[in-house]
Amino acid sequence: MIIQHPLLGPRDSSEFVYLGDASLIDRPDWQAENAAEAFYDYAYLRANPAGEHRELWFHEGGDRSWLVVTRNTVTHEISKVELARDVARAQGRSK
Amino acid sequence: MHDLVAITALGGSEPRIDTVGTVTCSEVPGVALASVAARLDQEKKAAKALTKLTGSPAPGVGRFDGAPVAAFWTGPDQWIAEAPFESHEDLAEQAKAALGDTASVSEQTDAWTRFDLGGAQVLAVLELLCPLDTRKMTYGDAARTSIHHLGCFVLCRSPEAYSLYGPRSSAGSLHHAIVTAMRSAL
Amino acid sequence: MTQGNRLSGGQIDRNTTLNFRFDNRSYTAHPGDTLASALLANNVRLIGRSFKYHRPRGVLTAGSEEPNGIVELRSGNRQEPNTRATTIEMFDGLEARSQNRWPSLKFDALAINDRFSNFLSAGFYYKTFMWPAAFWEKLYEPMIRRAAGLGSLSMQEDPDEYDKGFRHCDLLIIGAGPAGLMAALTAGRAGADVILADEDFALGGRLNSESFALNDGAASDWAAQAVAELSSLPNVRLMPRTTVIGAFDHGIYGAVERIGDHLASLPAGKSRQILWRIYAKRTLLCAGATERPIAFENNDRPGIMLASALRTYANRFAATAAQRVAIFTNNDDGHRTAADLHAKGVKIAAVIDVRADAPINHDYEVLRGAQVTDTKGRLGLNFVEVALADGSTRTLECGALGVSGGWNPNVHLTCHQRGRPVWNDDLAAFVPGADLPPGLSVAGAANGSLSTYGALRSGAKGAMKALDLTGSLPDLPAAEDAPVFQTPFWYVQGCSRAWLDQQNDVTVKDVKLSHQEGFRSVEHLKRYTTLGMATDQGKTSNMGGLAIMAELAGKSIPETGTTIFRPPYTPVPIGTFAGRMKGQEFHPTRLTPSHYWAKERGAVFVEVGNWLRAQWFPLPGETHWRESVDREVRQTRASVGVCDCTTLGKIDVQGSDAAAFLNRIYCNGFAKLAVGKTRYGLMLREDGIAMDDGTAARLAEDHFVVTTTTANAVKVYQHMEFARQCLFPDMDVQLISTTEAWAQYAVAGPNSRKLLQKIVDPEFDISNEGFPFMGCGNITVCGGLRARLFRISFSGELAFEIAVPSRYGDALMRRLMAEGKEFDVVPYGTEALGVMRIEKGHAAGNELNGTTTALNLGMGRMVSKKKDSIGSTLSEREGLNEPDALKIVGIKPVSQSDKITAGGHLMDASGPVDAAHDQGYVTSAAFSPSLDSHIGLGFLKNGGARMGETMRLVSPLTDLTIEVEIVSAHFVDPEGERLRA
Repeated sequence: MIIQHPLLGPRDSSEFVYLGDASLIDRPDWQAENAAEAFYDYAYLRANPAGEHRELWFHEGGDRSWLVVTRNTVTHEISKVELARDVARAQGRSK
Repeated sequence: MHDLVAITALGGSEPRIDTVGTVTCSEVPGVALASVAARLDQEKKAAKALTKLTGSPAPGVGRFDGAPVAAFWTGPDQWIAEAPFESHEDLAEQAKAALGDTASVSEQTDAWTRFDLGGAQVLAVLELLCPLDTRKMTYGDAARTSIHHLGCFVLCRSPEAYSLYGPRSSAGSLHHAIVTAMRSAL
Repeated sequence: MTQGNRLSGGQIDRNTTLNFRFDNRSYTAHPGDTLASALLANNVRLIGRSFKYHRPRGVLTAGSEEPNGIVELRSGNRQEPNTRATTIEMFDGLEARSQNRWPSLKFDALAINDRFSNFLSAGFYYKTFMWPAAFWEKLYEPMIRRAAGLGSLSMQEDPDEYDKGFRHCDLLIIGAGPAGLMAALTAGRAGADVILADEDFALGGRLNSESFALNDGAASDWAAQAVAELSSLPNVRLMPRTTVIGAFDHGIYGAVERIGDHLASLPAGKSRQILWRIYAKRTLLCAGATERPIAFENNDRPGIMLASALRTYANRFAATAAQRVAIFTNNDDGHRTAADLHAKGVKIAAVIDVRADAPINHDYEVLRGAQVTDTKGRLGLNFVEVALADGSTRTLECGALGVSGGWNPNVHLTCHQRGRPVWNDDLAAFVPGADLPPGLSVAGAANGSLSTYGALRSGAKGAMKALDLTGSLPDLPAAEDAPVFQTPFWYVQGCSRAWLDQQNDVTVKDVKLSHQEGFRSVEHLKRYTTLGMATDQGKTSNMGGLAIMAELAGKSIPETGTTIFRPPYTPVPIGTFAGRMKGQEFHPTRLTPSHYWAKERGAVFVEVGNWLRAQWFPLPGETHWRESVDREVRQTRASVGVCDCTTLGKIDVQGSDAAAFLNRIYCNGFAKLAVGKTRYGLMLREDGIAMDDGTAARLAEDHFVVTTTTANAVKVYQHMEFARQCLFPDMDVQLISTTEAWAQYAVAGPNSRKLLQKIVDPEFDISNEGFPFMGCGNITVCGGLRARLFRISFSGELAFEIAVPSRYGDALMRRLMAEGKEFDVVPYGTEALGVMRIEKGHAAGNELNGTTTALNLGMGRMVSKKKDSIGSTLSEREGLNEPDALKIVGIKPVSQSDKITAGGHLMDASGPVDAAHDQGYVTSAAFSPSLDSHIGLGFLKNGGARMGETMRLVSPLTDLTIEVEIVSAHFVDPEGERLRA
């Protein structure tokens, strides 16, 4: 597979390490009322779509960026690649 | 002046040189390295300060620039500065002095081993080593990639001269990969 | 016999004669020959025995689709089974043997199977070798394996080297026949970066096999001119002898280039084959078409071949299978073979055409509306029985029969990403469908353009479209452009022992049986009969089987389906997939800076991750590793020892939020750690399980050095980058690995300070007051070399870790040894390190095993509840905090001579020994020289409250039951006085 790195252009997937669902960015608030339940969902529950899936890849053999890759799990078509840091910030994560 | 004697990454007292056909692979221990990573919200200042060190604009994505201290891009707002070891063994300190609080600096001199590959058919060797399109690289291009499962930097110094930086502890494996590729391709 | 079946002309170099051996007989050949063409030229038709029935077999084809002519090539450790004689390029000294015969090819004892074919039909194994079950492993399987199977392995290591490589291009053209060459010319002249790959050693495809002209010259001359022009273009790379084996995601193609298979021996340093990964922006598949046979009774005798193959042998290789040849065809192409062979002086016995309106020829007889009903000839074809249109029969004498059932486009690569071919009624064949791999298009015969002009035109058009070139088509050479209609004719009615898949011995009768027994879907048919499952993957047989199944089911062929093609297109040696990654080079090896010193000292090394670490340093006279390890431990605890701990992961953490960041990463607090101090830290996974541990040293307000375990260094760095970029993107923190930059040594033992004082420059005070336990700082050594010093201890002794730039590690180690002589310094390896940490009760990888929590490790109270850290919330889950949760304990045998076994389980002193009564398990065990006893660490239910309890340690695997006592995990210096000294 080839991943279109937002900064570096097309790079072979062998340079990357796969982590999993991009929902791992949405780490719950530890002080929330339902923190225990929210962390349980966060740590264990994943959608397993046949189709578009947003997933985290680490450019281990490259610039060490974490990327959010939108990939169709049926066709392997990659429709979007973003820097995970930008995605995290856009989703309201800060410190 | 301390009295400890250095060895090269391949374990010798002198750098190793191998020639096959038109291509020569030289171990280059005489280089000092320091990583420079901009602090949060200091990215522009850090890039400017890097210019003080290298005399050239901070290199953009996938590029290197500067002499005698050069810098190559390693990641977003991150670079590695490179200079002759003889004159710049304290490169990390020099970099910290130039960059101050705009960046985090770490000595990387011995984190890497460098092999320079030069010769008319160097591209035939490189295509057995890494997935980069090295035929399209021009002077000043720098990219990190995987060579035989090792994360390496590939710097294009001319169409016939490349520098490869690999992890120092795997210098033997990287050297083996390069030399077998040279024998195979040439 | 000297090449009795050699014809005139051809593209072989008659000025050079090559010698080769087949089944220990010598023959001659010429450069340009394949093994198959050379054998035919030498009048050898019988080449092997079939898989199941051991029937005599010869070559069927002239290409990589060959099912029959497979041999064992070369000898010794280079012996290669199942190589296709049709693709083996001749070289001087070539040595090949027939396969699957005993005692000899001409007399094969197992040919008796052929007589029992009624019992050996499809599904025979499933039905026959069912019971008794115990017979399977001992009797049936070995028996079947001996009888069946094709070539044999040398059972020796492959001595050759293989490479992997990477190439990029704008346009990859697969196949260098008329379409591929024309496409390459079009793209190459336009300046595109082109790779043209073909599995053959001669580029040109069918152009090299045909007698017709392109423009005014021979087709093969036009091909040679095209190749010459392409070679002159710097933007075109020609890759002959290169098979594109698979179409993978996003324009990546796998291609196997055979560098040395056509050479008697490889030049030193050269790879035998290279597995290329080709990154293509666009790809044009010009893979051509494969002729399909017709099934009839006894159609597998040596000499019965595809008609196009006979033509290739005659025109390209100047060889014929026999001097008297018949043709059996359902289309005009078969007549072309007859005409070409006739022109070369081969006698045409007759052309048998199933069509009543077949074209007539005045040079030889054409039997219209006739069919071949049977053949004769024990080791090769002698006679053909023909049913004539008027119902009478005729026997023709001939040594070869060319069979032509029409052509199937080679759609294989179009299916590699689940694409399905579609049925074309005019061609009565499958052609590529619409769902092609992205970026790939198809041209030429592979796309159904079966005429030569059609292929040339389609290639040019395909290249223009793939590269978005505008303008008119380039000039095309004048070439035959006969319209192609193929009327299906799959098998002769009434036949039964008519072979479809010659390599796996599948007949028409087997397909009928499969249908009768309900295995009617294509996938079932394939698996029940093994049709198409041999090394040729059914390139010449799948269509026939499918057509017969369709007829039996009363459905059309497209309704019945098609089997899907998967990579690789043709077989690939395992060594090619391995490339350089074998033996010592299976993964990169990491050496510490003092590796060469350790080697000089005779160290025994152990692999830890990719690292080689000194395990122990045997001295002369020591005969058992325990002697060395015990000595290293005793000497370290008595005076001073040095251990290379460079391999621990080191991560530089800097930035104004560095402390806050570590607070999130570690479950215990780091915000208040003073500059110049080091702290032990435990990292949890988000699910509350311990991930890794190490220390973090605060070198400045905004600068920490974190250490990780050797094994987890890469993973922890990744995890920290994940936290930095994805969880806390606005923290001002920067990370970089410095593992390789520093050579680091643990100097441990009561005399460690004294030793270090000899090398640390005098301006640095490393006394207990000046540099207390858990202190850290930048220092210089040996007269000014920058270094880092940490006062941390894994052994439980007074200890330091000292780091210098890696290039000086070797020199520092030698200096420590020299300066330490007066203290009787000892280098120690990972075994002694392990013994001492067990004695001290320090957890390591065995305890942080992916199932244990901070609570289990006796560090429950370390998990801060006052801050957010990864894993802290879920570590509080009820299930992880049961009152009887496992706790780390020490284990001592009651009888001092008993040995503790890691992996053994703890049971109450009396009562049943079973899983339900399991109380815990042992994770680490060692002989402790300090206690003169075996000891262990383990996890025990409610362990903290069970000190002094006597239990049973059982290990059913090693048949061990001993009595042990539960003690504190801290066997040595439980108060920690030594490390604070």
